[in-house]
Amino acid sequence: MPSSWPSRRIPLAWLLLTRQPMRLAVALAGIAFAGILMFMQLGFRDGLFEASITLHKLFDADLVLISPRTTSSVAMEGFPRRRLVQSMAHPSVEGVSPVHWNLLSWRNPQNRATRSILVLGFEPLDPLLQDDSLRRQAPLLSQRGRVIFDERSREEFGPIGPWFRQGRQIETEVAGKRVRVVGLVAFGPSFGADGNLFTSAETFLWLMPDTPAGSIELGLIQLVPGSDPTKVAADLRRQLPRDVVVYTKQGFEDFEKNYWATSTAIGFIFTLGSAMGFVVGCVIVYQILHGDVSDHLPEYATLMAMGYPLRDLLGVVAREGLLLSLLGYGPALVAALGFYGVVRSATGLPVVMTSGRALLVFVLILVMCMVSAFLAMRRLADADPAEIF
Amino acid sequence: MLSRSPEAFSTSPSDLATLSVQGLNHWYGRGAMERQVLQGVDLEIKPGEVVLLTGPSGCGKTTLLTLVGALRSVMEGSVKVFGEELNGSSRQQRQGLRRSIGMIFQGHNLLRCLTAEQNVQMGADLLPGLGFRARRDLAREWLRLVGLGDQLGKLPHDLSGGQKQRVAIARALAAHPRLLLADEPTAALDSRSGREVVDLLRSLARDQDCAVLMVTHDPRILDVADRLLQMEDGRLWGADRPPGGAGLG
Repeated sequence: MPSSWPSRRIPLAWLLLTRQPMRLAVALAGIAFAGILMFMQLGFRDGLFEASITLHKLFDADLVLISPRTTSSVAMEGFPRRRLVQSMAHPSVEGVSPVHWNLLSWRNPQNRATRSILVLGFEPLDPLLQDDSLRRQAPLLSQRGRVIFDERSREEFGPIGPWFRQGRQIETEVAGKRVRVVGLVAFGPSFGADGNLFTSAETFLWLMPDTPAGSIELGLIQLVPGSDPTKVAADLRRQLPRDVVVYTKQGFEDFEKNYWATSTAIGFIFTLGSAMGFVVGCVIVYQILHGDVSDHLPEYATLMAMGYPLRDLLGVVAREGLLLSLLGYGPALVAALGFYGVVRSATGLPVVMTSGRALLVFVLILVMCMVSAFLAMRRLADADPAEIF
Repeated sequence: MLSRSPEAFSTSPSDLATLSVQGLNHWYGRGAMERQVLQGVDLEIKPGEVVLLTGPSGCGKTTLLTLVGALRSVMEGSVKVFGEELNGSSRQQRQGLRRSIGMIFQGHNLLRCLTAEQNVQMGADLLPGLGFRARRDLAREWLRLVGLGDQLGKLPHDLSGGQKQRVAIARALAAHPRLLLADEPTAALDSRSGREVVDLLRSLARDQDCAVLMVTHDPRILDVADRLLQMEDGRLWGADRPPGGAGLG
């Protein structure tokens, strides 16, 4: 029965905070600022990593084969196409698609400037991407020198989309050879590639005559529905020679993200940015709580003189920290959701709130407030009840 | 008389007393800066007794209060509160003992962010085994007893000096103390409200059989005392009757 709740006390921490609305407002603004900073930095970081696998996510595959010398999508190395054929011996493998992959120079048909574009060469009737418009237009590639252009590529490649829709015939050069655009798809640039171009394996080899015979950069493996990709991947790793690496589709995405996270400064920069948010928040909360404890030192000393143990007073400061983190997190989350929307529409980066990040930032704010409360508690040691008479 | 052992004489009065101080010495500072503030203080207060302590400032009155109130550790001599020896006591023991000692300060020392009722309840909250509502009712009852039954929800800065001091008295008494220590409770008050506060303190303490040790400079309130003590240079001089009363007689 709540009316006889023997442990219920006056909510001193709550009253200390709410009866000083200005101080509370400053504290909450500080915490929310730190929270927004962390949300934005982590959001940018994850958004950039997510942008590095724009294409990876679309591959129509359960498992992929790549060369062990491959480090990322901008440095795809070749491996024997035979390995892909060998993998078909596994009963769970339903089909395979060999893919050629390279960055080639594209000439902008408008201003004649050249720029690197990612070219994927595949058998037009094999599954490549989980995308109906590409699947529909792929048969157009069966003639040599035909390409399908990603109209969401950066605009430096030329106004291919609008021209194509106007019905103009677009012919330009790729790797010094004349090609004709026969279709449009819309995927968007990724981190390593400013634009995407799709063509047949035959055209690809025509563009890149130096490609060693029987060498491909990517092997897509489709499994029989209901089979376990992890288990089949393990089987293939055992069966295939060491000149290929087997990944699940998720593993392939992680491999690419991991490259950008560990081999470039991006991960470091944005992690540092969020760490700065954390430190700024700590300083603000510490200042607020330290000021609060200092202002109320005679009152804390009075409570000690009345017989309240120090533990109770430390508890008050700890609860103030806890309340601040709970009250500050809400505004930070709401503001971050708004800013994410702004960033998405301004940059096209896939910056979205994930439950993992929402939880991470909450934990960081909680730790920030509790660490600050813990530091502010040291001030309580100065509360000497003998000094208040 | 002769057949009784000497111990019986020396121990029985201390056991009865609320407070018993024997041979108390206290120093501040170290080395060349060392200064003795209390010299061989002996004092005994019985339950329900109201004792006033006067003397010039700096004579050691406040030091005596903090020692008796278990706020400072005893250096030399014996201080027994409710029969419990404070010399050599642990921090935890002293903190537990303080729950039974009410304190009223020169400034009211109320918690600024709490209402009158909540301030008094901070005192009542120290009582074990009572539910929240019972402690709140107790706080309200004490505020009624000090004449502030209609000011329950006011914050300290909305109350007058006398009202604040009365809230402080209610807070001290709400914890059911057996000893009340007051350091110049009327210093910040005008003569009328000072008088009211002291009368209130005395009558409420009497009702609870709570002993009172009050330090004061205020000559207008000396007549509330059962016993008047004077302190000078760290020594205590007793006087059985208030000097004002003696003068009148």
